[in-house]
Amino acid sequence: MTLTKEESPTTEGEIVTNYTINFGPQHPAAHGVLRMVMELDGEVIERIDPHVGLLHRGTEKLIEHKTYLQALPYFDRLDYCSPLAMEHSYVLAIEKLLNLEVPLRAQYLRVLFAELTRICNHMLNMGAHILDVGAFTPNLWIMDLREDCLTFFERASGARMHSAWFRPGGVHQDVPEKLLVDIGAWLDNRFFQLFEDAMSLVMDNRIFKQRNVDIGVVAREDAIAWGFSGPMIRAAGIPWDLRKSQPYDVYDRMEFDVPVGTNSDCYDRFMVRVKEVYESAKIIRQCLRDMPGGPIASTDRKVVPPKRGEMKQSMESLIHHFKLYTEGFHVPAGEVYVATESPKGEFGVYLVSDGTNKPYRCKIRPTAFSHLQAMEFMSKGHMLPDVTAILGAIDVVFGECDR
Amino acid sequence: MAVLHSAPRFASNEGVIEAISPTISVWLIEATEAHGEVIFRVTRDGIARVLEILRDAHEYQQLMEIAGVDYPSRPERFEVVYMLQSLTRNHRVMVKCSASEDTPVPTVTTLWPNAGWLEREVFDMFGVTFAGNPDLRRILTDYGFEGHPFRKDFPMTGYTELRYSEEEKRVVYEPVELAQEMRSFDFLSPWEGADYVLPGDEKAPARPEGEAKK
Repeated sequence: MTLTKEESPTTEGEIVTNYTINFGPQHPAAHGVLRMVMELDGEVIERIDPHVGLLHRGTEKLIEHKTYLQALPYFDRLDYCSPLAMEHSYVLAIEKLLNLEVPLRAQYLRVLFAELTRICNHMLNMGAHILDVGAFTPNLWIMDLREDCLTFFERASGARMHSAWFRPGGVHQDVPEKLLVDIGAWLDNRFFQLFEDAMSLVMDNRIFKQRNVDIGVVAREDAIAWGFSGPMIRAAGIPWDLRKSQPYDVYDRMEFDVPVGTNSDCYDRFMVRVKEVYESAKIIRQCLRDMPGGPIASTDRKVVPPKRGEMKQSMESLIHHFKLYTEGFHVPAGEVYVATESPKGEFGVYLVSDGTNKPYRCKIRPTAFSHLQAMEFMSKGHMLPDVTAILGAIDVVFGECDR
Repeated sequence: MAVLHSAPRFASNEGVIEAISPTISVWLIEATEAHGEVIFRVTRDGIARVLEILRDAHEYQQLMEIAGVDYPSRPERFEVVYMLQSLTRNHRVMVKCSASEDTPVPTVTTLWPNAGWLEREVFDMFGVTFAGNPDLRRILTDYGFEGHPFRKDFPMTGYTELRYSEEEKRVVYEPVELAQEMRSFDFLSPWEGADYVLPGDEKAPARPEGEAKK
């Protein structure tokens, strides 16, 4: 923290200059490596200049040098709090270019795990948000639930976080029946008790409300103009959810509601996420109830490699396997922009193919870019401690923002 | 072509090109629909005007993304692609224009406040300038970075690397030194026609002129 000029604001007749404060890049409330140069008048925010890019790894450039399949794990490392939601946009973009049909069971599995990812992401974000405004316990409680989700991911894919489980054409491997049973039992017997316990500590808590209600209010028109999406636009009272309006996979078969806010402040953003957790649980239950049997990946052998057992028996499978893991598959030339509803908002992939086995260009649209850009707009006139509440309610992760 | 994929399904593209093209015909170069995406290619000078018409007359309220693409072989090597979304009509379109290093693209920060960072990113990564953007600084790269890393002729390893120097007690910048050569694997199928001599092929006698490739 640097003060440009130290003068007491209470001194009469003295000229009081603005403070310039450096928030981050190493600050626990910055949710990663965010640096904000803030100009304060006393304790009131005058100007904020967020400096992003401290976690820029050139993912998009790296992807141009990999085959389509090799590029997939980079997506886990974008928003590392909701890895499967990141993969979802990418595999759908490839499938759109290929016009590839995905078996029903694979679509159900993807939706099931995308929603589990949403719960997982919201547990982390809400915990961090609560922590940022001063309550410690709920974070510990719901972090335990996040741990449960990660265990489910591990049982499905073998990795707790960087799953690389969604593949162009389906998912990598089928889940054990017991896992689906356990997810259902977890929702019925464990999740809601603990979640509601934790939420009962904050939802009507006086301090929590004092820190969040009427903080960072954004009007409907502004939310649209700034390119908001996800819980940020829904808190502004606009029932816009890509799962509902532009359904992908089997979301059109799911019955769920889109929670919206009324005041468009940080408290509403938090409550929208709380309600979304319930809707996600609804979707998961429907997936578990309706999921059909059948293949978990397309049987188009020019895209999806055969199973290992098949490979040991059939020469053709062996050739396919070899070709797919060296050369990879070719994607027809063209360009698509595919956006899905990630837990944080619209996560888009603009994929340009030149007909070879590597993407010509893969532009990733991070959700945080629009939201963080509005930081100055939302914080102006607020007090310094409100910045952490606003930042917490944006739900920003820098792996995704900086790419 | 029947739609088999399960990617997001927004409102139908039918009639969109016919409805929009006449209103932007002055600047329109080409309107196409492929892979379920509607793309308008317009002149660079008209881009801000076209986007304004799309926003005000055709209900594309949100600018979701601006993407830069580099095609080094073209006379104007860069393409700037704008992704628009309509909340009321539940539809998306892409609008693009071309640019080179020294031809600035008119800014759209006057239309959407979030265009500022998006244009900064395209400038940072490709070196495309935007005329009228009040704050065209670099955004993602390091302080004091030189060059535009997403251009196709920028090496993936970059030019500088940094490490913590124990002697100087600070991070120092040095030219990149690779412990082994940068490997670029080319798995494109040789029997589909590689455009270079395959290892070992130089020993074989050259194919006589005029003989068709089998």
